[in-house]
Amino acid sequence: MEHYLSLAIKAIFVENMALAFFLGMCSFLAVSKKVETAIGLGAAVTFVLTVTTPLNNVIYNTFLKEGALVWINPEYASVDLSFLTFLTFIGTIAAAVQVVEMTLDRYAPALYSALGVFLPLIAVNCAILGASLFMVERDYNLGESAVFGLGSGIGFGLAITAMAAIREKMRYSNVPEGLRGLGITFIVTGLMAIAFMAFAGIQL
Amino acid sequence: MKFLRKLLDSQAKHFEPGGKLHTLYPLWEANDTVLFTPGHVTKGKTHVRDALDLKRMMITVVIALIPVMLFGIYNVGHQANARIAEGIAKPFIAWQSDLFVQMGFTHTDTLVNNFMYGLVFFVPIFLVTFVVGGAIEVITSIVRKHEVNEGFLVTGFLFPLIVPATIPLWQVALGIGFGTLIGKEVFGGTGMNVLNPALVGRAFLFFAYPGQISGDQVWQATDGGTGATLLGQAAADGMGALNATWFEAFSGNITGSIGETSALLCLVGAALLIFTQIASWRTMAGIALGTALISSLLNLVGSETNPMFAMPFYWHMVVGGWAFGAVFMATDPVSSAFTEKGKFIYGLGIGAMVVLVRVVNPAYPEGMMLAILFMNMFAPFIDYFFIQGNIKRRMARNGL
Repeated sequence: MEHYLSLAIKAIFVENMALAFFLGMCSFLAVSKKVETAIGLGAAVTFVLTVTTPLNNVIYNTFLKEGALVWINPEYASVDLSFLTFLTFIGTIAAAVQVVEMTLDRYAPALYSALGVFLPLIAVNCAILGASLFMVERDYNLGESAVFGLGSGIGFGLAITAMAAIREKMRYSNVPEGLRGLGITFIVTGLMAIAFMAFAGIQL
Repeated sequence: MKFLRKLLDSQAKHFEPGGKLHTLYPLWEANDTVLFTPGHVTKGKTHVRDALDLKRMMITVVIALIPVMLFGIYNVGHQANARIAEGIAKPFIAWQSDLFVQMGFTHTDTLVNNFMYGLVFFVPIFLVTFVVGGAIEVITSIVRKHEVNEGFLVTGFLFPLIVPATIPLWQVALGIGFGTLIGKEVFGGTGMNVLNPALVGRAFLFFAYPGQISGDQVWQATDGGTGATLLGQAAADGMGALNATWFEAFSGNITGSIGETSALLCLVGAALLIFTQIASWRTMAGIALGTALISSLLNLVGSETNPMFAMPFYWHMVVGGWAFGAVFMATDPVSSAFTEKGKFIYGLGIGAMVVLVRVVNPAYPEGMMLAILFMNMFAPFIDYFFIQGNIKRRMARNGL
């Protein structure tokens, strides 16, 4: 239990997807104009991460890993399908995003239209693929990947909502013309990453 | 006074629209505002009539900082001279020490010598801060055609107090430059920034040049014989290894950044700021409560490998930048939460974060700076919830 807790904290704060690894920047910068939509995107990303990371874990360990296919026939011990990793992971993610999209379209049409193109684009959000690839690299088991997926999602959601709140506040700022919009957002992202350095180096 | 007023008025025509020196108007305006109360009124529709304008507010903060600053200067000299007089250290190798000797002072632990030794270190840092930061402020004001305002005054007073006395002056210039430009001016100047500019500058130095602003060699203006700060000692060898009593740490007779050693004088500053209602007591109370809660919790949990778990809350509050940060940094009205309840939550967050960074993160023995920056970042988010809650409540009250 303690192990899972520290893994979750690590995923949320120490290895924050957005502010420590700078993954998922496209939606982080584009959908952070309003807090409401940011919370929506954060929840969607969290859901997709929580579903896809353990699912990919199962798929990877049953089919793709070198020697994973021995459960079919012991002769397959030398088969290594890991070159299919990217393709399979993206497939799983796209399927999960489809589910989210249909659910939102049915039950929260306002949020659905506010998120616009960025909802289907979650499918190619590098934070989500990144979590699955980290899972492979770090050899997480099923439980660990579920916790890691959830933690990464919460961390991303936290970062994007904080960013959105800052950007809402900055509507009253007199930002130099050349920096308005994306420019100042990049600077704020950098400053936020400095603040998140508070966690860098924590060993859990 | 009349002479000054006449001088300013007679020169005004050059700076006003159509004058030869119109581009330098912010400079003239800054001088006018510093010397006299300007007769300007709000141009928009909203108008608040209040004696507490930006100028008075900033000046009060500066007044609250003066005891801390004077003691800080004395303490830099005291910590160094006491060690030098004992023979366990030599004067810091730099032009400042040469200047000190050439002015005819000696390294004995007396009031005047200590104060002068502190001054030869503090004044250059202070001057560099104001020259570089002020230049950036004036240039951006001219380019962006807004007024030079008093916001920089406080940043300029805070920044020299949160760096070690031995910091190289070019780093001071870089730090305050980064803080003013990226921390404040890109957002449009005073009142519009998201993070505290002085802390942004210090954090920049902290991550870019850790050798000159952290560790155990930089805190005392001597060559050799320096040691870790109390937090460094506690992190390395546990509470038993501290070389100062609680009262020494409280009164400020310890090494550390120039202005942040004395919790006592920070309390004096806090009293003035709370009395004049410039700093929020909710923020300070939140920080104290957050620190007390989390550190007591960690005391209960305990750890065999990490001695910092055992540090009680009343020690947390007197070592490092806790007191200075809680009183002068976290309460910055621009970068803290705006809503009253939000301020309390924001303070709680800082209090909790500072203990967590100090205790759990082995990379940084000190956590106040990062805790405040972290919560600065979440302050708008906290406000958002209280504002939305308020809107909902009022909608319900009016049956909308």
